[in-house]
Amino acid sequence: MRHDVPGQRDYRYKGVSKVQERVLMKGNEALAEAAIRAGCRHYFGYPITPQTEVAAYMAKRMPKIGGTFLQAESEIAAINMVLGAASAGVRAMTSSSSPGISLKCEGISYIVGSDLPCLIVDVMRGGPGLGGIQPSQADYWQVTRALGHGDAHVLVYAPSTVQEMVDLVVKAYETAERYRLPAVLLADGMLGQMMEPVTFPEEGAHAPIEKPWAVTGHQNARKHNIINSLFLKPDELEERVKSRFLRYEQIKKSEQLAEETMTEDADIIVVAYGASARIAMNAVKAARADGVKAGLIRPVTLWPFPTDVLQKSAKQAKQFLCVEMSMGQMVDDVRLTLEGSRPVHFYGRTGGIIPTPAEVLAEINKLAKD
Amino acid sequence: MAIVYKKPSTLTDAPLSYCPGCTHGIIQKLVAESIEELGIEGRTVGVSPVGCSVTAYDFYTCDMVQAPHGRAPAVATGLRRALPDNIIFTYQGDGDLAAIGTAETVHAATRGENITIIFVNNAIYGMTGGQMAPTTLPGQVTQTTPYGRDPKIAGYPVRVCEMLSSLTGVEYLERVTVNNIPNLRKAKKAIKKAFQNQIDGRGFSLVEVVSTCPTNWGMTPVEALSWLEEKMLPYYPLGVYKDRSAQKEGE
Repeated sequence: MRHDVPGQRDYRYKGVSKVQERVLMKGNEALAEAAIRAGCRHYFGYPITPQTEVAAYMAKRMPKIGGTFLQAESEIAAINMVLGAASAGVRAMTSSSSPGISLKCEGISYIVGSDLPCLIVDVMRGGPGLGGIQPSQADYWQVTRALGHGDAHVLVYAPSTVQEMVDLVVKAYETAERYRLPAVLLADGMLGQMMEPVTFPEEGAHAPIEKPWAVTGHQNARKHNIINSLFLKPDELEERVKSRFLRYEQIKKSEQLAEETMTEDADIIVVAYGASARIAMNAVKAARADGVKAGLIRPVTLWPFPTDVLQKSAKQAKQFLCVEMSMGQMVDDVRLTLEGSRPVHFYGRTGGIIPTPAEVLAEINKLAKD
Repeated sequence: MAIVYKKPSTLTDAPLSYCPGCTHGIIQKLVAESIEELGIEGRTVGVSPVGCSVTAYDFYTCDMVQAPHGRAPAVATGLRRALPDNIIFTYQGDGDLAAIGTAETVHAATRGENITIIFVNNAIYGMTGGQMAPTTLPGQVTQTTPYGRDPKIAGYPVRVCEMLSSLTGVEYLERVTVNNIPNLRKAKKAIKKAFQNQIDGRGFSLVEVVSTCPTNWGMTPVEALSWLEEKMLPYYPLGVYKDRSAQKEGE
């Protein structure tokens, strides 16, 4: 651990002692602190395992910095409070886990339809239904395909370390504001609960942008602003949706993020995100040690899906293996991206079971023999 | 020549979307007049949720947010917390406030959110074409109670002011109507008070306005007003259900 990087501001954790810039923190608490550093002063939540530490952290911190922590009566109310606060132009946030995210879908659709930026954290657990409380990646379809009704997309960021949870919170706010849509930080129970050393950005380094559309009271100085998702005339609604899709195209072009490891000469490329990517990385390294040319592509944005990197790698790689903590959801996007040009295989565990590196290695070796 | 009547400056020129004879237009004007007279237009943000009132964002000259069905009090809470110096009001119907949004209503009330809620109770779902509302009277015929509301099947109507009056966090609750000029004046007074309470930081104020829906009740506007007097007012008695400031003064 580094302890004295010059130019870094001191960070006082819980006000107990003067702790240097690098601190050991739980993923859920780190992302909460990152949101505060990014200027979020309005958090609305509802308890649900395995993300409740986000709410608990905000409850402790917000009153001390003049911010709002509010425990809503439901996830539905929480996301609508976010809608209200985001309408006023502030950096607002809510967090939940899978069943709670289902409840937020209505509000998220309205937020998309009203072109409002905000941050939504989903720390995934097993489903469907009440499912379980162990780590899962089974919300991929929901988050990337249909987080609410209508022709709609949201930005989806998938961290794989606690540090990346911090970095992506800042990135998510900035991108959401630039394009005026919600951003989802898609983590899982493992990332939320694990502790790792993190460095935080300096407070105020990432200030919110000007929002002339916000409803702040016109003070008799401008025309009234209306935050609205209702367009009863079909041609008007189509035009709104189409203009939003032009922004989506721009996002697809400019905002794809992925990390490549040992892909240059890889025959077999493993594609995995979040916690699965950490396990897949171990398996890929073990395969290399055995002389198998394996590589890893780790999507960091799930929407926009990093198609460019995958398509480029398909020129070299012979086959792909998608590893997920689900029955296979992101694998759809890998197949859509590669358009049948390469075989795409899948390995996954679900229900809260985390695949082991040995299991993934066995799959890689199976493909290497074929 | 002296001007004896004018449209409040806080209403836009957009044509109203309400049916002829519906009392929404009157209530909305009372809200607009209150905003104008209190001089708060520039710092007011209104919330119009799903229902006949949803297009209210086109009618008021202040900043407006359109909310999902029932969620206006939650949206208003978010606005309240983000804009501590502004005036935040919601304009909600009965299905919105007392059915799908019951939780949001009760919890905004119990938190004592410093907001103003104008609750229009016309005992029916208007926008979707006349289905049973949480406030539909026993025996009342609607599209979804074609044989009249049977409490054995559909339960009893919700009395919102009575229900909320037990909550400690609530500042002010009054039920009014606009069926005649004296009542209209009382309604105006109540609405203005509900805004004044917010200006004074007193907390959650809700004014329930017993209203008509001639179209979906299947009546002329005049018949509808008579039905309101004969059927609705006995079940929904007018009056103040809670007024913390009066209680304090009286003590």
